[in-house]
Amino acid sequence: MNKVFNKTELLIVVLVSFVGLVLLPCLNAFVPEGHVLHVSNFAITLYGKYLCYAVLALGVNLLWGYTGLLSLGQCLFFSLGGYAFGMHLMLMIGKLGQYKADIPDFMVFLEFPAKYPSTGGLPPHWIPFKNILFSMAAVVWVPAIVAAIFGFLAFRSRIKGVYFSILSQALTYGACLMFFRNDFTFGGNNGLTDFKQVLGYDINTPSTKRWLYVASGMLLLGTYVLCRWLASTKFGLVQRAIRDSENRVLFSGYATANYKLFVFVLCAVISGLGGALYVPQVGIINPSEMAPDKSLEAVVWCAVGGRGTFIGPILGAISVNALKSYATRAFAEQWLYVLGGMFILVVLFMPKGLVGIPEQIRELRARWSRRQDGDTVPAAGAVEAKSMTAGASTDK
Amino acid sequence: MNKSFILTLEGVNKTFEGFRAISDLNFYMDEGELRVIIGPNGAGKSTMLDLITGRTRPDKGRIEYGKDTDLTRLNEYEINRLGIGRKFQTPSVYTEHTVFENIWLSLEGGRGVFQALFSRITPAQRDRIREVLQTVGLEKKERDKAGSLSHGQKQWLEIGMLLAQNPRLLLVDEPAAGMTDEETAKTGELLTSLAGRHSVIVIEHDMVFVRQIARKVTILHQGSVLCEGTVDQVQNDERVIEVYLGRKKKADA
Repeated sequence: MNKVFNKTELLIVVLVSFVGLVLLPCLNAFVPEGHVLHVSNFAITLYGKYLCYAVLALGVNLLWGYTGLLSLGQCLFFSLGGYAFGMHLMLMIGKLGQYKADIPDFMVFLEFPAKYPSTGGLPPHWIPFKNILFSMAAVVWVPAIVAAIFGFLAFRSRIKGVYFSILSQALTYGACLMFFRNDFTFGGNNGLTDFKQVLGYDINTPSTKRWLYVASGMLLLGTYVLCRWLASTKFGLVQRAIRDSENRVLFSGYATANYKLFVFVLCAVISGLGGALYVPQVGIINPSEMAPDKSLEAVVWCAVGGRGTFIGPILGAISVNALKSYATRAFAEQWLYVLGGMFILVVLFMPKGLVGIPEQIRELRARWSRRQDGDTVPAAGAVEAKSMTAGASTDK
Repeated sequence: MNKSFILTLEGVNKTFEGFRAISDLNFYMDEGELRVIIGPNGAGKSTMLDLITGRTRPDKGRIEYGKDTDLTRLNEYEINRLGIGRKFQTPSVYTEHTVFENIWLSLEGGRGVFQALFSRITPAQRDRIREVLQTVGLEKKERDKAGSLSHGQKQWLEIGMLLAQNPRLLLVDEPAAGMTDEETAKTGELLTSLAGRHSVIVIEHDMVFVRQIARKVTILHQGSVLCEGTVDQVQNDERVIEVYLGRKKKADA
């Protein structure tokens, strides 16, 4: 009923986008190495990865925070998008692989030419993926179809709450086990890797990496705007009404299953696109990406950042992964304990996540000043937290 | 029989895991009528509404709307779209939405996914929403979150949401629960003013309230109709007194 962004929000979005999409890549490209302001190639690829995760987190949040559907299988769609694009990348390796063959290395290794002699070893369903447009379309429709079938069955049978969560987890686990099998023709436990080219460019040069980073940033921005727009429509109202009181919506004449299916498919597509950009940046996609724990991690990002807001999941995905990058180098063994501990702390003490901190601090200070009935020194974190209020308020 | 009822239940049975919630229920209602249904706990009042609105299906029996619409084959939202609106026993409004948005979502009109994505609110709809809010006395609360309303106001909001759908038949489950005497009286006025243009079924426990609004009362007992009539008639009915007060039959004494 109102405009999607107000003026301040628009300014912040434009500013952040400028820094992320223009300034950082320029600092990487034009500032010489060794300079204070230089952003390393390693960092650019790492940030690109975070941005893809943030896209995934936005999808989880649109389902969990806005529709009340806690899906524990979103990484399946992320991986499917990744595989769809990865297949194209595999076929673009050409004769540059270890075996100097026309088909990807793992197919030679697994003796596919004997199995599929008519196509020279390439399984028939791989053939259309030589076409870049087909592959890009597959990044969208493969996750969409899987989500549509699963969603249709689940929502028609009125599977809700924890049952839906468990089923979605079973779905991704089942897919994971299937992809682990060599005869499923997607590279088994090694997955797809050793890419050489993307769109005709060498995949390992700094400029390609930079453009992949920019593309991830654009995708994140686009997804963010889409989510905000969706929330501003009547659809967004219905979506949140389903979260808060599905029966009332149903008895008001809305076919809630259709709404849930639409959101579920949309989120699968969003996740798939994120996965498609993730794969060329990290250089590998394998079945462990769709293991249940990966999807759980995505849920933790949302919770840490603040579910039910759109800035929260982005902040959560980036900060938790930044911490993970650091922690897995500094104390790899303990990382999972840190992640689990963080989740528990957030659930217990920060129900609104990072974006809820300013509000919590304000409440605490109000309570404090009531008790003291005098001047109080602002808490140390208050200043830093203040700057986040701007981000948080964009979601109100 | 040529006369057409707006709602017909005939020979309806419903059993939940051995418990007979509804047994051989026959119920007829005229267009434009305001009917009050009362009965002790477990008499099957809410189950009856569940059966009419498609929440549960009868094991046996006919439930028809108007001349020949079989409600037992339709689901909740299809039944609602036919013009049957329901207010739940506990007020169920969208607590995170504003009062205005609550009514907007209930306004009669398209319910499709794509309609919801691309349609914008029209001035006519705005006027209609304000009109409904005025009817239920919440025009000053338009921008407040529904969760911040008092219990009585939530009840009214939900009645408003029902009105916004402009249904032919309203099913209202305990509208006066948790209301002050003054609020209850106002609710009674509202409901009586609706009769005629709409057909209304009200389930209620509060006998003062029932006296205020009722013209015809149906008493449910153990899943079937015990008796029907005006408030005075049913209050003096031997069987009703027996059910409510647990008196032995005089003949036995």
